[in-house]
Amino acid sequence: MSSIKRRRVVVTGLGATTPLGGDVPSTWEALLAGKSGVRKLEDEWAQDFSVTFAARVAVEPSEVMERVEMRRLDRSEQFAMIASREAWKDAGAPDIDKERLGVVIASGIGGVITMLDQYDVLKEKGARFVSPHTVPMLMPNGPAANVGLELQARAGVHTPVSACASGAEAAGYALEMIRNNRADIVVTGGVEAAIHELPMAGFASMKALSTRNDAPEKASRPYDKDRDGFVLGEGGGVLVFEELEHAKARGAKIYAEVMGQGLTSDGFHIAAPDPEGSGVTRAVKLALEDAGIPLSEIVHLNAHATSTPAGDVAEANALTNALGSDISHVAVSATKSMTGHLLGGAGAIESIFCVLAMYHHKAPPTINIENLDEAVTVDVVRDVPRDLPKGSIACLNDSFGFGGHNVVLVFKSFEG
Amino acid sequence: MALTVEVVLEGIKEIVVEVAGIDANIIAMDKKFTDDLDVDSLSMVEVVVAAEEKFGVKIPDDEVTKMATVGDAVNFIVANGK
Repeated sequence: MSSIKRRRVVVTGLGATTPLGGDVPSTWEALLAGKSGVRKLEDEWAQDFSVTFAARVAVEPSEVMERVEMRRLDRSEQFAMIASREAWKDAGAPDIDKERLGVVIASGIGGVITMLDQYDVLKEKGARFVSPHTVPMLMPNGPAANVGLELQARAGVHTPVSACASGAEAAGYALEMIRNNRADIVVTGGVEAAIHELPMAGFASMKALSTRNDAPEKASRPYDKDRDGFVLGEGGGVLVFEELEHAKARGAKIYAEVMGQGLTSDGFHIAAPDPEGSGVTRAVKLALEDAGIPLSEIVHLNAHATSTPAGDVAEANALTNALGSDISHVAVSATKSMTGHLLGGAGAIESIFCVLAMYHHKAPPTINIENLDEAVTVDVVRDVPRDLPKGSIACLNDSFGFGGHNVVLVFKSFEG
Repeated sequence: MALTVEVVLEGIKEIVVEVAGIDANIIAMDKKFTDDLDVDSLSMVEVVVAAEEKFGVKIPDDEVTKMATVGDAVNFIVANGK
């Protein structure tokens, strides 16, 4: 441990648009109530598809955004703007030197819907009719860039891309930006808008998606014996990270403290998880070391747990290896059972869930476990929320992405 | 329908409303696309492509760069339309 006093980072604002709600309060309420955001798709292309359901956002962007703004933004960028506006307002719209304000917002795939729609225009009408907004809409840094533009952030605008770990990696990047004194506030998060027949077909070809077409709301079932793949979700989450003294000086509401991060890579396979999970184990250990807190304080974990046959057990085993006997006092929640898998947005909304779990001392449930897989030995919070201990507590959020990316974040309750 | 100034201005108004979300009442011949109507260089491309389609007229790129006001566009289309 360094003897130099490190700049501390806290969370002072939250925003989201998810399959459970158009903002953070409605999402959190539905999450605690154990509601599923998964529904049958109405889209024509989905009717004869091998997978006929997904987790679309609960509130369409058109309900909260002007038409002209929408037509210049990819759906993923719309999610980023909606979530960041809520988060910024929640933080009290802080008055800050823009050269000390950063944005780190990730996406796993970027503006894939724009790209495919404009490809249709190209083929049907010709190159001249391709929208001049195509490139700014399809670039993966588009969500971060648009939020940065609106907030006039000048300390740096960044977009880490690591598939389903992207949103968590963004939070880690934001943490370092403040620790390294590049910024005092960083607006961070992750978004995804990929419910379209091409990405769906790609995931279906990998046999990664659940095909439980007869019961969509039961399809995302992490840790259940009969889980058969993940459910594609869309939306995003944004958090306002702020240097502690900066937040205190302006009397900001503080939700939780961001304690640390651990990053590793598997070097194993482009898509399959390493069954040994050593990359995950190392990431957890690195994150705890960075956070500098005793294992006894970790009482909750928001798992990556996407409901794939291989992934859930590999993760649970890796967590047990990393935490040893301390895993026994960790309440594990797999919230993708309700939200579906937001890919690049997952690490962001799950960070929000962790922050709220620390703030309210309450772990959200995991739904749809009818028969717990015997190979899962961690303590899963099932069906109803669970109260977490009073006093100082901490939690982990782990996220993994195709390519073998592992990201673990540590959040802690803030006691003032 | 003959491409009179009135007809073309009405068409351009519809396009600018669609592209930039501007109140149709403030769109007039002397208004500048960029400064007055929030039509930036990217959106100007949309306006031009939509106008070409609507009036069946080709607007070359070097003409587009000369179109500062709504009137410039209307007059070009009236002069070059069929």
